[in-house]
Amino acid sequence: MDARPTGFSRVTAPQFDPVVRLRDFTRSFGDNTIISGLDLDIAPGEFVILLGRSGSGKTTLLRTLAGLDPTPGQNVIVPASRAVVFQDARLLPWKKVWRNVALGLRQGDVRQRAEDALREVGLGHRLDAWPLTLSGGEAQRVALARALVREPSLLLLDEPFAALDALTRLRMHELVLSLWTRHRPAVMMVTHDVDEAIALADRVVLLDHGRIVLQERIEAPRGERGQVARALRSRLLGALGGQVLEGPSPAEIIALHAGGLA
Amino acid sequence: MAISHRISASLGSARWLSPLLFLLAWEAGSRSGLIPERTLAAPSKVLSTLLDMAVSGELADNLWVSFLRIVIGLAIGVTVGAVLALVAGLSRQGEVAVDPLMQIKRTIPTLALTPLFIVWFGIGETPKIALIAFASIFPVYLNLYSGIRGVDLRLLEGARSFGLSCAEQILHVILPGALPSLLVGLRYSLSVAILVLVVAEQINASAGLGYLINNARDFMRTDIIVVCLMIYAVLGLAADALVRAIENRALVWRPSIVAQ
Repeated sequence: MDARPTGFSRVTAPQFDPVVRLRDFTRSFGDNTIISGLDLDIAPGEFVILLGRSGSGKTTLLRTLAGLDPTPGQNVIVPASRAVVFQDARLLPWKKVWRNVALGLRQGDVRQRAEDALREVGLGHRLDAWPLTLSGGEAQRVALARALVREPSLLLLDEPFAALDALTRLRMHELVLSLWTRHRPAVMMVTHDVDEAIALADRVVLLDHGRIVLQERIEAPRGERGQVARALRSRLLGALGGQVLEGPSPAEIIALHAGGLA
Repeated sequence: MAISHRISASLGSARWLSPLLFLLAWEAGSRSGLIPERTLAAPSKVLSTLLDMAVSGELADNLWVSFLRIVIGLAIGVTVGAVLALVAGLSRQGEVAVDPLMQIKRTIPTLALTPLFIVWFGIGETPKIALIAFASIFPVYLNLYSGIRGVDLRLLEGARSFGLSCAEQILHVILPGALPSLLVGLRYSLSVAILVLVVAEQINASAGLGYLINNARDFMRTDIIVVCLMIYAVLGLAADALVRAIENRALVWRPSIVAQ
């Protein structure tokens, strides 16, 4: 334990420092090892998607990066400014929407900052609404605003759109990409949806049994990924242990929803 | 024919009819001498006594004394209950220290403590207030404690992920989350306080509703006894309305089931 570097060394120039750096990361509950020997770097402004089946350790990894689980004696570097959007929006039902966004903000005109963030996600008209009156998509947009108002250098998304209907989900993809383009946080998003991963990511990291089994960097710009999608999907699904059936692929849908951004 | 039919139909669904008929029968029984006044005074007599007592100020004075007993006793009991619930709910050591004692206390019927309290505190105001306070601790404690423990851990985790300090988590998440339970406890405490007040006031009091009843018993003034019973009922209703009003203000964020 003592021989390991303790992190937080500032040897290289800051602009080349990854915002996230895990070396030989291991996490286990009792005898049950969830993640073992995992190395991961995330560059500033990079959009990483973590893909995996249920129980592959994705959420455990995200919770580690969020600082929600203790990591004693591990070589883990995460930025101080980070924010999480959970699958359930986790808004406090007894605080109005703007107060939820302003939760924990201390400097400046808190109300104004919350308002600006809510306008950015298209909810300028629901500032004083009670969270329990929001639809699922609206609640997730509030959760996004609450995360982004902190200007995090690392934004963590834990299957944020899994509970939304297909159309709302596509709109949320566009929203997330446009917010990411404007604010440029490093993003790590957890999902089990291969098409979502292909449409959004700079890099797809595939996790299985607590190990990274495949990494794919996608160079094609978003909205022009119809060409690479089919091959990529079958590689990812293959690594997940799935069967890839030939037939009309949903590549067109990927082009459609990512194309709305350009 | 149609009009009388309509009247009988609307009378058939009137909920005030049977109490009114009951009062009329009672009055008729008293007037005819079937119910002697020493057994139960007539409604008209009760009403005129109520007016007399209201005009003379006798009612207001004694009501005020009883009211103060409830308010002071409740204030002490609710405060102690809330503090103990916070101690037990927010820390594991607090739970270990406080909860067993509270469970033991729960098994002792409060009113059984009356003789002991008289030995300790005499027969002045103190034992009455102490009994009310003691009885109202537990409902607040139990409900607030379980409310704190029942706060959604996912909300707490969400708040933690935004860097809220421990004190901020308590202030913004735990306490508002436990508020509905606290109000339920408060409602129980209020009704228990009134119940205990009735008994406690019969301990050699020289003022208050219980004193009025005791005095009336000695002179067989059943009219005054009935007036005091009515006042107790009104106190109970008012207490309930108070908590309802607090709930409506404090829990506006809950979508009302009735409205939908």
